[in-house]
Amino acid sequence: MNKILEVRGLSKIYGPGCPQCLESTGPEADTNLCPHCGSVVAIHDVSFDLFEGEILGVMGESGSGKSTVVKTLYFDQAPSSGEAIFFDNDRQYDLFSLNAAQQRWLRNHRFGMVYQNPNLGLNFNISAGGNIAERLLMSDLMDYGAIRERAKALLARTEVLLSRVDDLPKHFSGGMQQRVQIAKALATQPPLLFLDEVTTGLDLSVQARILDLILEIQQELKTAMVVVTHDLGVIRLLTGRAIVMKYGRVIETGLTDQILEDPQHAYTQRLVASAL
Amino acid sequence: MNPPILQVEGYGKHFQLHEQNKLIPSSHNVSFTVRAGELTALIGPTGAGKSSVLKGIYRTYLPSAGRILYRDAMGHELDLVLASEHQILELRRREIGFVTQFLHCLPRQATLDVVAQPLFALGVSRDVARQRAAELLSAMKLPERLWSVSPATFSGGERQRVNLARGFIAKPRLLLLDEPTASLDPATAERVIGLIEGLKAEGTAMLAIFHHPETTRRLADQVVELAPPPAVEELLEEIA
Repeated sequence: MNKILEVRGLSKIYGPGCPQCLESTGPEADTNLCPHCGSVVAIHDVSFDLFEGEILGVMGESGSGKSTVVKTLYFDQAPSSGEAIFFDNDRQYDLFSLNAAQQRWLRNHRFGMVYQNPNLGLNFNISAGGNIAERLLMSDLMDYGAIRERAKALLARTEVLLSRVDDLPKHFSGGMQQRVQIAKALATQPPLLFLDEVTTGLDLSVQARILDLILEIQQELKTAMVVVTHDLGVIRLLTGRAIVMKYGRVIETGLTDQILEDPQHAYTQRLVASAL
Repeated sequence: MNPPILQVEGYGKHFQLHEQNKLIPSSHNVSFTVRAGELTALIGPTGAGKSSVLKGIYRTYLPSAGRILYRDAMGHELDLVLASEHQILELRRREIGFVTQFLHCLPRQATLDVVAQPLFALGVSRDVARQRAAELLSAMKLPERLWSVSPATFSGGERQRVNLARGFIAKPRLLLLDEPTASLDPATAERVIGLIEGLKAEGTAMLAIFHHPETTRRLADQVVELAPPPAVEELLEEIA
């Protein structure tokens, strides 16, 4: 098995930051807000490896920094410090030392992202098909007919009715918007996919279909995924390994079933006990 | 004698519950060997830590003490206590199966696909995998009308058969069985026993906990009796 992503010491601080920020925040301090300078330590010293075709869960309550992890890796936000290496066949990229154009190229060609809020992942003013076409255009597919065929195939794959290819996403249900987002993210067959609370807020039967779809895609395309969620059920069903975060720090990592059945850290024990 | 593929040496497990500031002993000083093509049965009173041994080997529990030496298909020996998470995931995918009393599966997923899952993960084509799943389910007499629905609404005995079929389908080198026949009627239990004997004959090593002593007598090549772990105070002295 090959490594696809190596993250070391990833940190993100919102605000000016001060020398006391790190010692005054985190699980022990029970806050991520520095009382001295008012900065928010969203994440600090996050490290993990991701292998080809693997699904890694990042779990924690709101404010734990779990979304910030994927947002920095997808270049939505620049980290304050840290390193991430992306291994792509025989090439490797030091993500945070790339220039903006190189980062955009990776985003458009090799990464995919599905946000909790479809507004972030989709352009609501162009059709569902157009959203996918946009991503295909950015990845250098230029032929109109080919683009349209590929967009249709992707929407069919994610179970979006083909009769609605030309409709605007804002007229879709929440579950359908998520499926269009997934289709868009998969358009370039990226080896690495980030999923940020993709099923949160959807009703249960729709959640099930989305989870089903994600697992099928992972088995078919061997896509590696980082799944961010506060839902332990999603973690159990989708992921093989998981990271538990609290106030910006990683407090436990392990095999998913081990974290759920034999959690080591007091916080994880409480989290798991209150969910079951 | 068949070659050993698993050697458990001095396995121990206790849980540390931070919230209640408690130490819960589970298994203590367990040692035995499991050989290819043989079934080793764990026996002992409730609370002797039988399931805890299985979960420690599968790494659902992090062992507290001892070594669990596993010899893989390539002949390499690995201590499962110290193995990396990725090594464990790879072994689970290719070599080590676990039939528990619980069934976790995707909502809405058809029983046939739940059973075929381990083959999907190995890259076997969906049609072939489903065909194999169908064979196993009919061998276990699970009515065909149930194959296309999710096991979520199944009875205990039906679920257990789904679980068993999923555990058998990839013919693992080492299969862990936690009370696999507990909620089956006698006729179905008989069929499952037949399937276990078949797998054994094909070389699968098994470590099992059976509900009925009679099943142990019939299937086990070796019986390991576990004693309940010592009281917390003794354990604390030992750790200190």
